[in-house]
Amino acid sequence: MSRIEGWFRTTLGDFSLDADFSLPSHGVTALFGQSGSGKTTLLRLIAGLSRAPGRLVVGGEVWQDDTVFVPTQRRALGYVFQEASLFPHLSVRANLEYGWQRVPPGERTIRRDEVIDWLELAPLIALQPHQLSGGQRQRVAIGRALLSCPRLLLMDEPMAALDAGARADILPYLERLHRELELPLLYVSHALDEVARLADTLLLIEAGRIVYQGPLAAGLTRLDLPLAHRDTAATIIDATVATHDEALQLTHVVRGAVALELPGLHGLPGAPLRVRVAARDVSLALAMPQQTSILNLLPARVAELADDAPGQVLVRLALDDTVLLARITRKSAQLLGLQPGTPVVAQVKSVAVA
Amino acid sequence: MPLTPADTSAIVLTLKLASVTTVLLMLIATPLAWWLTHTHVRLRAAVTALVSLPLVLPPTVLGFYLLVLLGPQGAVGQWMQQLGLSTLPFTFGGLVVGSVIFSLPFAVQPIANAFAAIGMRPLEVAATLRASPWDRFASVAVPLARPGFITAAVLTFAHTVGEFGVVLMLGGNIPGQTRVLSVAIYDHVEALEYADAHLLAAGLVAFSFLVLLMLGRYSGHWQRTPT
Repeated sequence: MSRIEGWFRTTLGDFSLDADFSLPSHGVTALFGQSGSGKTTLLRLIAGLSRAPGRLVVGGEVWQDDTVFVPTQRRALGYVFQEASLFPHLSVRANLEYGWQRVPPGERTIRRDEVIDWLELAPLIALQPHQLSGGQRQRVAIGRALLSCPRLLLMDEPMAALDAGARADILPYLERLHRELELPLLYVSHALDEVARLADTLLLIEAGRIVYQGPLAAGLTRLDLPLAHRDTAATIIDATVATHDEALQLTHVVRGAVALELPGLHGLPGAPLRVRVAARDVSLALAMPQQTSILNLLPARVAELADDAPGQVLVRLALDDTVLLARITRKSAQLLGLQPGTPVVAQVKSVAVA
Repeated sequence: MPLTPADTSAIVLTLKLASVTTVLLMLIATPLAWWLTHTHVRLRAAVTALVSLPLVLPPTVLGFYLLVLLGPQGAVGQWMQQLGLSTLPFTFGGLVVGSVIFSLPFAVQPIANAFAAIGMRPLEVAATLRASPWDRFASVAVPLARPGFITAAVLTFAHTVGEFGVVLMLGGNIPGQTRVLSVAIYDHVEALEYADAHLLAAGLVAFSFLVLLMLGRYSGHWQRTPT
């Protein structure tokens, strides 16, 4: 499958967009950036809802270049807006079928019952949009977009307008779509926890420019990018569940030579589990400590150091092909004599499911 | 007291005029309102003002210029004669033209307001769901603007029933052809037939009240079903 690639350049008032991108044709790509960085602008350009000079090729099909501009209704895309934007004059069923009916039967790539099943829409189908909660409406909007048989799914902060409870309800559905659909999903967000949970690829946008595009874990831990310097900076590790300790209520996960333990029983042995380690929960020692409350002690090597907040440094650690971030004080870094290449023991105070 | 045959004929003529005017204005006002809502050209402000002009002009002014324009010496009148058509003043057709122009703002404004209230989002959603521009108009914009269409139709109908100045200037007072209700009332009063005048006038008051009552019950229909 070919990629989704293109570029757009435009100036709107004092905002300028200059974005070159190339996204994989599968999995979830998070389009991440501050408010006003141009995330929604870029998404609308890809959908053809806005126009700017550029080029866009999706799955080998040219959607825009110097001579071509395919109008939105002829682009096989699904778009989920921040507010569900269900048609108020149509029932939930008619909303779901709006796009579906406009796809010729021979071109329907998705089964209606499957979508209704995945999103558990059956109990809602006879209702009117105003009878639904915020989270239910967004689920219907996602179903409606899927039923238009897109080859590219675009979501513009679909959970930003929802309260924490409704967000927690929607996330599992998005994860399920990610697992079961062969569909590339471009997901706009400014919430790092959503990105850490869902995305495979990261597209980082800053003031209209793409400053990083590539695997999520690498983007989160690049010390020259802003994500690593946030308060909530963290690494994600795509690990596999190894065993459960039912007596102590612990889950052991592994990734290559890295083994971690985390509280609670998660997943089944052999299942993939993405875990998250915050930079502030990692401290460093030069030798293996004895008698400590910290369970996860990982031999690692310092890969890179960078200044962080005043008095603090960020350390990128390499453990085979797994990367960890540690936020420590400058004083500690000096006392330990940390330099690229120094062997250390990473003491991971807390591991959480992403 | 029963209605005289002349009054009955005036009532029938009035209802016919109002119905024809309403149907024509819906066809004219819908594309005009859509254009006014979605265009960004400079001309927009001028067209909006022009459409609203009948709101502020005395009907006699409007009737007078229509009479001049449509009459045998007027530009439109001469053009129509060249095409072999008879001129419009003092005919039912002339009344229809006058009523359409007179009620134009009453049709265009509610529809344009309704289109504007929909906003771009539902139309964009429909585009991402593969609906063509015509399809979006028919399947999203028109149903969502339904309260605006109903308001426009009711106001146009009622306003046409109540018009007087334009009719008198442009249509005169030909029984069965241009003698509408308001003119009939005027005639009765002139002839000091107050009982006949009362019958028609009170009927018109009751009709207008009922129309506004219905309209009031209808408006706000969508606000009660938040989305």
